[in-house]
Amino acid sequence: MRFVEVLAFAVRGVTANKLRSALTTLGIMIGVASVILLIAVGNGASQSVQNSIAGLGTNVLTISPQRAQAGSSTKPLTTADAKALADPTEAPAVKSASPVVSTSATAAHAEVSYSISQFLGTDPAYFSTTNSSVAEGALFSTDDVTQGRKVVVIGATVATQLFPTGNPVGETILVNNIPFTVVGVLASKGSNGLQDADDTAVAPLTTVQNALTGYGSLNQIVVQATTADTLDAAQAQVTTILDGRHKIGFGQTADYRVLSQQQLLTARTATTDTFTVLLASVAAISLLVGGIGVTNIMLVTVTERIREIGIRKAVGARRSSILGQFLLEATMLSLFGGALGVAAGFIGTRFTIAGIQPVIVPSSVLLAFAVSALIGLFFGSYPASRAAGLRPIQALRHE
Amino acid sequence: MSAPVIEVRDLRKVYGSGDTAVHALRGLDLTVARGEYLAIMGTSGSGKSTLLNILGCLDAPSSGNYLLDGIDTAEFGEAQLGLLRNRKIGFVFQSFNLIPRTTALANVELPLVYAGVRRKQRRARALAALQMVGLVDRAGHRPNELSGGQQQRVAIARALVTAPAIVLADEPTGNLDTRSSEDVMAILDRLHATGRTVVLITHEDDVAAHAQRVVRVVDGRIATGVAA
Repeated sequence: MRFVEVLAFAVRGVTANKLRSALTTLGIMIGVASVILLIAVGNGASQSVQNSIAGLGTNVLTISPQRAQAGSSTKPLTTADAKALADPTEAPAVKSASPVVSTSATAAHAEVSYSISQFLGTDPAYFSTTNSSVAEGALFSTDDVTQGRKVVVIGATVATQLFPTGNPVGETILVNNIPFTVVGVLASKGSNGLQDADDTAVAPLTTVQNALTGYGSLNQIVVQATTADTLDAAQAQVTTILDGRHKIGFGQTADYRVLSQQQLLTARTATTDTFTVLLASVAAISLLVGGIGVTNIMLVTVTERIREIGIRKAVGARRSSILGQFLLEATMLSLFGGALGVAAGFIGTRFTIAGIQPVIVPSSVLLAFAVSALIGLFFGSYPASRAAGLRPIQALRHE
Repeated sequence: MSAPVIEVRDLRKVYGSGDTAVHALRGLDLTVARGEYLAIMGTSGSGKSTLLNILGCLDAPSSGNYLLDGIDTAEFGEAQLGLLRNRKIGFVFQSFNLIPRTTALANVELPLVYAGVRRKQRRARALAALQMVGLVDRAGHRPNELSGGQQQRVAIARALVTAPAIVLADEPTGNLDTRSSEDVMAILDRLHATGRTVVLITHEDDVAAHAQRVVRVVDGRIATGVAA
């Protein structure tokens, strides 16, 4: 009994019932493809978060207000705080400190109106701190901030929404009915999976405070350290200065919070990791369901063909050649379905899903393929080996 | 008379156990000489099919000995039994037992595939066997495209394609009309004429009349042995 003959029997077995073979293949394909695709989406989300945070720079500290302990007063972050942090003698490790106010605003141009999720007011140093550059036009200047000019730099998403065809630079847009002149368009930073970094507009701090938010507290102070190595020193200096200004005693909870990009990255990565685990478990369930489908069909296939096994044994087939035939049938279906699933997964990851560009995890491809193949093999060979072990007459009498 | 090709001593077969145990064979003795043409008759449930299945190595006895060419089959392992079924014994079933969705030629080739015969030779031998049963023109047909008589002739072609010394037939004409029965019996007669040992089970006296000797199985034992 040569291998080629067993293979020929297996091919005939698979092609004898085309619909059933196709459904088995489909089950495996969906299981494999969904595992690859969902894990790739999770991975893509976490990578884009990392990229967007890394894009902010590694020598950046973000200071934001937080509620202090009960009993002690909470002082808001002010422009004066930001100025104090930029003091080169008190804080030599700090290169710049940009006060930031943010709000959401509705912008309109001609007939189009668009709701900008992040309308920021800050100073020009903010752009270099956050690695932002202009694709068209120019950034606003310190003079614009001092004069409180109504100029704005808009993100790529805002630009395409308000100006689908024309060049926005030099045009006037109405932000909450106040006219602003667009001086520049920011280079695209892409989505981080949770929010669109390009859905933003940046205007001088004084203008935004004057026109939109009022002269209340700041939402953030963004501090750039002189180098990545002086980040820890900068964090210590910032804490000392703010503790002094806000009269925070030793052991008291501060009314502000200093986060480095590394800490931000850790927090956000944890979030996307949860997201990935969630997607992976959904994928695992679909693989399991696919596997149960395959198991079911394999059991039916073998049970239905126990008589055939009996006939083959009656004319002299050995246990090994029968087992080989069914094992090969199961292998062909599993491998074919798995290969189709991998192909479908690869094609699927070329598309952007819910704003996320999926990134394939190689190990997930291997895992999905191996699991589906093993399920097919085990549940194809187990009933076949039981049937092949029967005496021919038992198999022949099987109903 | 030459040495017996089949010798059965005190053969017993029990299905199930305890109160529900069914004793299909209760100490049966039978000897078949080489080249003999034997018909086994008996009522339903007398144990004749069980006997033939054991003779064909499709089933194993609960106790007793079955000597094939003087060797006890209990000594054979799974692989050797497969070899016996393949080379030495051709079995014809009442219900044909062809593999569905597979051509007549492929069905006849099946034992040769398991015997390891090369494709070219296999095809030639399978066609020769089909020629012998007069079905060469039906080689490409599937079982569901053939009549009962044609299916049985394909099954006989499959049984004789490996040129076995023994042909066993379990009511080969049981599902066939008179005309097809005559075709099938003519083929069995020819097989006997070429020197093969033929053992068949039948209910019909005119079928049994083809045999040299008729034995009756009653309640799992041989009742009478009548030389024809």
